[in-house]
Amino acid sequence: MDFTLKIWRQENAAVKGKFVTYQINDISPDSSFLEMLDQLNESLIDKVQKPVCFDSDCREGICGACGLYINGRPHGPDDAITTCQLHMRKFKSGQTIVIEPWRAKPFPIIKDLVVDRSSFDKIIEAGGYVSVNTGGVPDANSIPIPKANADLAMDAAACIGCGACVAACKNASAMLFVSAKVAHLSLLPQGRVEAKERVRKMVDTMDELGFGNCTNTGACEAECPKEISLTNIARLNREYYAAKLS
Amino acid sequence: MSNIFSTSIGRKLLMSLAGIFLLTFLVVHLGINLLVLRETQDAFNIAAHFMGTNPVIKVFEIVLFGGILIHIIYGMILSIQNGKSRPVRYKKDNHSQTSFFSKYMFHTAIIVGIFIVIHLFDFYFKAKFTDVVDSVTINGKHYHDLGELVIEKFKMPVFVFGYIFAFIFLSFHLHHGFQSAFQTLGINHKSYTPIIKAFGVVYSILIPLGFAIIPIVIYFFR
Repeated sequence: MDFTLKIWRQENAAVKGKFVTYQINDISPDSSFLEMLDQLNESLIDKVQKPVCFDSDCREGICGACGLYINGRPHGPDDAITTCQLHMRKFKSGQTIVIEPWRAKPFPIIKDLVVDRSSFDKIIEAGGYVSVNTGGVPDANSIPIPKANADLAMDAAACIGCGACVAACKNASAMLFVSAKVAHLSLLPQGRVEAKERVRKMVDTMDELGFGNCTNTGACEAECPKEISLTNIARLNREYYAAKLS
Repeated sequence: MSNIFSTSIGRKLLMSLAGIFLLTFLVVHLGINLLVLRETQDAFNIAAHFMGTNPVIKVFEIVLFGGILIHIIYGMILSIQNGKSRPVRYKKDNHSQTSFFSKYMFHTAIIVGIFIVIHLFDFYFKAKFTDVVDSVTINGKHYHDLGELVIEKFKMPVFVFGYIFAFIFLSFHLHHGFQSAFQTLGINHKSYTPIIKAFGVVYSILIPLGFAIIPIVIYFFR
């Protein structure tokens, strides 16, 4: 398969960036998107040019590092996957593929397609944890948790913090991420104790970092590689009102 | 610890509460408007008089203008913040699967907002602060003949078109706004949310349609 790639190149946050067009040929339809970019980088290195910087780590869809905005969609043209799980057979040979970094004020560009997502770490640091040592794994059923709550907490805990929700949102809102973390912990007895303080601090931090406001558009849910549901945002809202008004 | 209404979720709470209040107001307003389609405008004029003079309604009038202002002001604050949160925009437009109208709430709001200003000048301020509205006597009592004013306006094609145009955009606004308000309040339930969403779609079609039918009937059949 052959592709024309339009890739955002930017040396660092201080300088202006621009799109650079590359032609790449003989790509296997079974190669992943990141493998295709690896091939591009090898060819650039052969020509003594600077390779394109992009984030990647596990390459099996569990770490959330590989955030790329591909043809207008975070993680490209498929549902419920990360970029490393995207295969080139999802594209047509000869197609032009526009590759951009996540765009949001709280995600400044480090280089090319790599952005600094430590804003998410700051939100977690504000309260996304249980602050006492809960010890080893408890015996089964020693802490009774309703199955429904366990399932909801598990679904929310699937968030890998990749930032696709922010990237997809027209307002660059981090509500889906924050709601997943808040829901995950508030649904379990260990996390419930600090629920009020947690939601207040995490939302305040989210606001301070300059993320936008949620307008319930649902682009985040549509693009989340882990299919985190908007119901978590409603839960976050409930938790927040309960914490603020009590 | 910050004040709830200076935070993102708190501001959205105000917007949604004001929005839901305006949803109920629209039903009352439509109910009265439909009276203008009766044989005579007496019932409409009496209802309009009641809405203009009843002390309880007068209190609600202040609440209503407050609601509209809160909805507009907080909508603008939130939109400005949203614009700032992505200083460098994408080259490629977003292709994510979302509800179409949810992306254009600010745009539809501007059209509806302009309509509200024109509408207030056409009817509300005229009846309230000027003597240009004719008087009519019903059962020995004097009333503003607002019914006649409505019919006069809707004999003009520009008003008919303008009015219908505005309500099409109100329909777009309500299509997303109705269900969005409940989500913001934290009401999201696997059984009830589909009902809220379906009711919201029906509401966003029927209420603006009810308003838009009035000029059509008057223009063609009166």
